[in-house]
Amino acid sequence: MKAVFFALLLAAAGPALAAQEDIALVGGRVVTNGGAPIDNGVVLISDGVVVGVGPAGTPVPSRFRRIDTTGKWVTPGIVAGLSQIGAAEVAGEQTANDLGADKAEDSAALMLDAALNPADSSLAVSRADGVTTAVVGPAPGSRLFAGQGAVISLAAGSVNALRPRAFQYVVYGERGAQLAGGSRSAAWAEITNALEEAQAVQQGRGTPRDQARNLRITRNDAEALTLVLRSAQPLLVRVDRASDIRQVLKLPSMYPGLQLVLLSANEGWMVADEIARAGVPVVTLGMNNRPDTFEALGATMSNVGRLVAAGVKVALGTPDLDASFQPRNLPHYAGNLVAQGRVPGGVGLSWDQAFAAISRAPAEIFGLSQQGQLKPGASADVVVWSGDPLELASAPEQVFIRGEAQSLESRQTRLARRYLPGRDRSQLPEMYRR
Amino acid sequence: MLGGHVIVLAGLLALGGCATTGQNIAAPAGPALSGSAPDAESAFASTYRPWPGVATVIRNVTIYDGKGGRVDGGAVRFEAGKVVALGASVNEGGATLIDGAGKWVTPGIIDIHSHLGDYPSPGVAAHQDGNEITGPVRPEVWSVHSVWPQDPGFSRALAGGVTVLHVLPGSANLFGGRGTTLKNVYGRTAEDMMMPGAPFSLKMACGENPKRVYGSGKGQMPGTRMGNVAMMRQTWANARDYQARLKASKGPMKRDLQMETLAGVLEGRILVQNHCYRADEMANIIAMSKEFGYKVSAFHHAVEAYKIADLLKENGICAALWADWWGFKMESYDGIQENLPFVHADGGCAITHSDDADGIQRLNQETAKALANGRRMGMTIRDEEAWTWVAINPAKALGIADKVGSLEPGKQADIVLWSGNPLSVYSRPEKVWVDGALLYDTNDPARRPVSDFELGQPGEGDRK
Repeated sequence: MKAVFFALLLAAAGPALAAQEDIALVGGRVVTNGGAPIDNGVVLISDGVVVGVGPAGTPVPSRFRRIDTTGKWVTPGIVAGLSQIGAAEVAGEQTANDLGADKAEDSAALMLDAALNPADSSLAVSRADGVTTAVVGPAPGSRLFAGQGAVISLAAGSVNALRPRAFQYVVYGERGAQLAGGSRSAAWAEITNALEEAQAVQQGRGTPRDQARNLRITRNDAEALTLVLRSAQPLLVRVDRASDIRQVLKLPSMYPGLQLVLLSANEGWMVADEIARAGVPVVTLGMNNRPDTFEALGATMSNVGRLVAAGVKVALGTPDLDASFQPRNLPHYAGNLVAQGRVPGGVGLSWDQAFAAISRAPAEIFGLSQQGQLKPGASADVVVWSGDPLELASAPEQVFIRGEAQSLESRQTRLARRYLPGRDRSQLPEMYRR
Repeated sequence: MLGGHVIVLAGLLALGGCATTGQNIAAPAGPALSGSAPDAESAFASTYRPWPGVATVIRNVTIYDGKGGRVDGGAVRFEAGKVVALGASVNEGGATLIDGAGKWVTPGIIDIHSHLGDYPSPGVAAHQDGNEITGPVRPEVWSVHSVWPQDPGFSRALAGGVTVLHVLPGSANLFGGRGTTLKNVYGRTAEDMMMPGAPFSLKMACGENPKRVYGSGKGQMPGTRMGNVAMMRQTWANARDYQARLKASKGPMKRDLQMETLAGVLEGRILVQNHCYRADEMANIIAMSKEFGYKVSAFHHAVEAYKIADLLKENGICAALWADWWGFKMESYDGIQENLPFVHADGGCAITHSDDADGIQRLNQETAKALANGRRMGMTIRDEEAWTWVAINPAKALGIADKVGSLEPGKQADIVLWSGNPLSVYSRPEKVWVDGALLYDTNDPARRPVSDFELGQPGEGDRK
């Protein structure tokens, strides 16, 4: 009764949720992310929220529809620690890619949220592989600051971002140096100048007209960066080389409100203790192990394991829009980090740590208190997997977001069924098959 | 893909060695040699030699033989660089014995599409050696002349179980040049790595890349897909004409390196590896190959191979594919996760390829993903059948199936001992032999190579 009343309230408040049935997932291996996995566990979902998690025998009220998950794994949905989901339907076509704007006047002020498209194919494709929440980041255009990224839910029909202005993105290192005019010195000057100017705006020094005349960055950018200065959003700095990481670690002491997050940090292991002491989290792909650039000569598959061992909070994500590393495969990257711990001399993650790196850790880094764990009060973003979610052969069988069962269909599954081997081609072209 | 830090758009367009960036250097004038053509291949012959190994038996192990077979609790014996025996048990006399309980043995992985060496790490401007983007018709260039044998990527691929790789020019050009098959064994020269007896390939490309690089990029032909086809056809017509003149010639003819490569294709000595994404374009390429009397060995990338699997099968053409790449450009928009298993299920020749210095390290995982996706769509494919996608199938498409690609007596002992089922994310190669020589051992740092470039660097070959 109470549930119905609550649903009605929501319906009155806006074009929101239909009344949901209460669901009990019974019998699976439950990964809560708040303790050891529970075999034969029970997860209770009501009104889009997890209302109970327990071991076998946990009472299931009669109004809950029981779904047998025996032999399955039940986990919080995957949280992509960084991605480009919803921002680029076809990466190589400028008209279908809103990640970067190299001819725009503003940079830090740009809000990726304004560009995100919930109907973008990447949402359905990623959702079908268990991604329920995604941090979405912009790409640098012609300046170091790329703008503000968002956090989105991958629920079908989702309209509003969970966090529309979740963080600011800036690039340092080789790329930053190129954009700033040719050197890291220039990049450092550009970053600190921008923050100084934002500070001036924040402190209201001078008349607005004076400020406008004297600012080297746009007024909009300066105002946007005040969010970073007053802890209203973290600053993601893309950086790889150990010495560059050390340099960037100076920022929080220069700007006391600045909350730093390192992005990529392929040589992070070389300064892991310093990152840990600074309490700075890292978002990285975790799979780079080649000296692909001169700022990643120390790239190794042991990077994440060593960072975590040093006490750094690490989330996995895909820093670049790049078909070779896709958000939907994040569980496999986590699995590779487990495997790295089994290679002689390698440092990897435990299974629990690896799964946290694609769920709880990114949720915590981006302040998502409802995502990343299965516990009473959490958003019911739940995936039922055919087996170990980090294994290559496993896949989601059911995906719930805010308690609502999601379709696992996408353009890709439709195309696959249209062109099934052995199909009948005698009567009509494939284009008549739906 | 090239570079973790390339800007997004450029990075995606520069896909996998199909790069369009780099210095624009004026085309060199062709050497005005005259006289009869010496055997071009012998001038740059392989100097590869197998390293020493010992007679070895791995027993009590699960074997995927690479041509679709499986032995549980079996054994394999190799010595003097060759596979000697395979079965439930083998003669163990005089051999080093390895207990394979809980482990797997497979033939070494063969990557039919790599740019290791010609787009090496680090991916700095000076290392962009994969695309001769000075003209859309460049069959005279050979990838082996760009291969930097110190590419750190070779060691990473070896740690992923890759023993043979085919290094191709990129896809900026309609005719990209000759591809070369390498043994994944470090050498001081590229020729030291060349697999003896492996035929050259000719890399060709259809679709977006050539027309973008030349039409959009330089305002010259080809600027459209029809321009692509017209230019390719004219080039093949020129090659047929060259052949006729060669035949009719009484004395020595002026050498033409472009035509020598194309004539090699028309004679069947050089195999065509054709970058092509869309189903309709692959059909055009097949029609063109019939018009001029040559055969396409494999379509590479072939994101829409699943739409025309029957056509590929009819024409005996393999499809070298990613497991799940899609959406990075328009011609990859219809990518599905079942491309490999669908081509296989239709009776075709499916190949898992990388085109990528990261992907080449995990071709077993790419195969596993695709296999699982196929099964979920109802395909019945056994694990050991799927291993053909990285073994005998690429060997066939490279013309080396008589030498490698399966564990059969007499074949080269390119062998991987895996810590578990190689289709699991948790398994890793423990030992890798090439021609019977133990060249990678996860338990022995002395058997893990470090390229010159990485020596003394912070990572030192990802071993620190």
